Amino acid sequence: MIKILKYSIYDLGRSHWTFIYFGFYLLIAGTLLFLGGDVLKAIISLMNIILILIPLISTIFGIMYFYNSRDFIELLVAQPVKRSSIFLGQYLGLSLALSVSFLLGMGIPFLFYGLKDSGQFMNFLSLILTGSFLTFIFTAVAFLIGLFNENKIKGFGLAILFWLFMAVIYDGLFLLSLLMLEAYPIEKLALGMTVFNPIDLSRIFIMLKLDISALMGYTGAIFQDFFGTATGLTITILALGLWVFIPVYGLKLKGNAKDF
Amino acid sequence: MIQINNLHKSFGKLDVLRGLELTIDSGKTVAILGPNGSGKTTMIKSILGLVIPQKGEILVNGNSVKNNWTYREEISYLPQIARFPENLKVKELIKMVQDLRKTLSDPEPLISLFGLEKFLDKSLRTLSGGTRQKVNVVLAFMFDSPIIIMDEPTVGLDPIAMIKLKKLIKEEQAKGKTILITTHIMSVVEELVEEIIYILEGKIYFRKSLAELNGTVKKIGLEGVIAEILEEV
Repeated sequence: MIKILKYSIYDLGRSHWTFIYFGFYLLIAGTLLFLGGDVLKAIISLMNIILILIPLISTIFGIMYFYNSRDFIELLVAQPVKRSSIFLGQYLGLSLALSVSFLLGMGIPFLFYGLKDSGQFMNFLSLILTGSFLTFIFTAVAFLIGLFNENKIKGFGLAILFWLFMAVIYDGLFLLSLLMLEAYPIEKLALGMTVFNPIDLSRIFIMLKLDISALMGYTGAIFQDFFGTATGLTITILALGLWVFIPVYGLKLKGNAKDF
Repeated sequence: MIQINNLHKSFGKLDVLRGLELTIDSGKTVAILGPNGSGKTTMIKSILGLVIPQKGEILVNGNSVKNNWTYREEISYLPQIARFPENLKVKELIKMVQDLRKTLSDPEPLISLFGLEKFLDKSLRTLSGGTRQKVNVVLAFMFDSPIIIMDEPTVGLDPIAMIKLKKLIKEEQAKGKTILITTHIMSVVEELVEEIIYILEGKIYFRKSLAELNGTVKKIGLEGVIAEILEEV
């Protein structure tokens, strides 16, 4: 698997997109910090950006990279290489490349601005952590969609639909159901529904960490109320971990059963 | 030795292999013939573990291929359609495949045999179909594996490259390797092969050694012989 990982990182290292992605974060984090002048505010603004953008970019990169490397995969499956190493190696290669671009693009402006003395280090770290989680989750789902769909157009459409659902439609349905069921005690339902959306989970995680109740929203408030901050954080992290594990495990299972 | 017992494979509603039984002894060269869509490629891909059969068992040198990948160290495979990562250079591709297999390899004589030196620094995207097939041949023959499996190896090759490939195959035969070829070109079969296996609708339809057919082959050619056998039923 290490060899596959090496080749996939090598391949991505030559791609311009990885650098554009890195440059984008560099620019946006730098602008928000040096023009805004407040680390906490910058973190909150960046959170709103990454919660939408990281899933979108990871989904698109994931599905495009998967379809582009089909030839590579077909060459590899006939070689004495374990099947699951091929898929996991490629998946890790892309997720790591994206996470590292994100980490560096954010980290460099924050370090230059003086993150060390701002007292916001842990908050910054939680931003990076959720960003990386989202990268790993949405890349895995995109790979899984690619593996299940030979048809590129269909796979691409499904992947975008998945992002759209999690980023936009889910919240709409969520609010709608809350309105309709207003008369009932639905806190537990609301909690349960949050777990099924990694973007919501990430938002709640950062909110709990930053402890800004005004921005926490309905579910965030319930979360804090129900679990308290510490347990809430643990539960969101566990749920996010599960969101990585399940699609990756699916990748392994489907990869082993696929015909080439 | 390759042993296939009761192999079944269907893609959706399409039954491709229906209880295929086959044993190929070590050191033999065998041609797999059959009409388009008869299951030749599917059978070969099952041996390599590219296609996962629904039922049946395949043993390569006594090891089951199911959930196993180490046995592929012993097989060199020349696929029908050469699919490569397009943005790699020929040189990089060869190095990568060498890196992936631990066995010793020697691509240099093959590169000069097919005159590929001038393409080494070109990316695979820019190569013509024939040149890609030559690269494909180099990748398969640079390893000293005891089993060689070729799926339509002559597709896209010019006559000179084809003669070179036949010579290569003969050299490998002399080393006592087990060789499996699917092809539609009868001259290749007549020149290289000891035994013919004819697959029809996912089963072995007949299996005959070339020596057995020799008398009739001379009279009406190999195509004629196969047509005659098929008409007998």
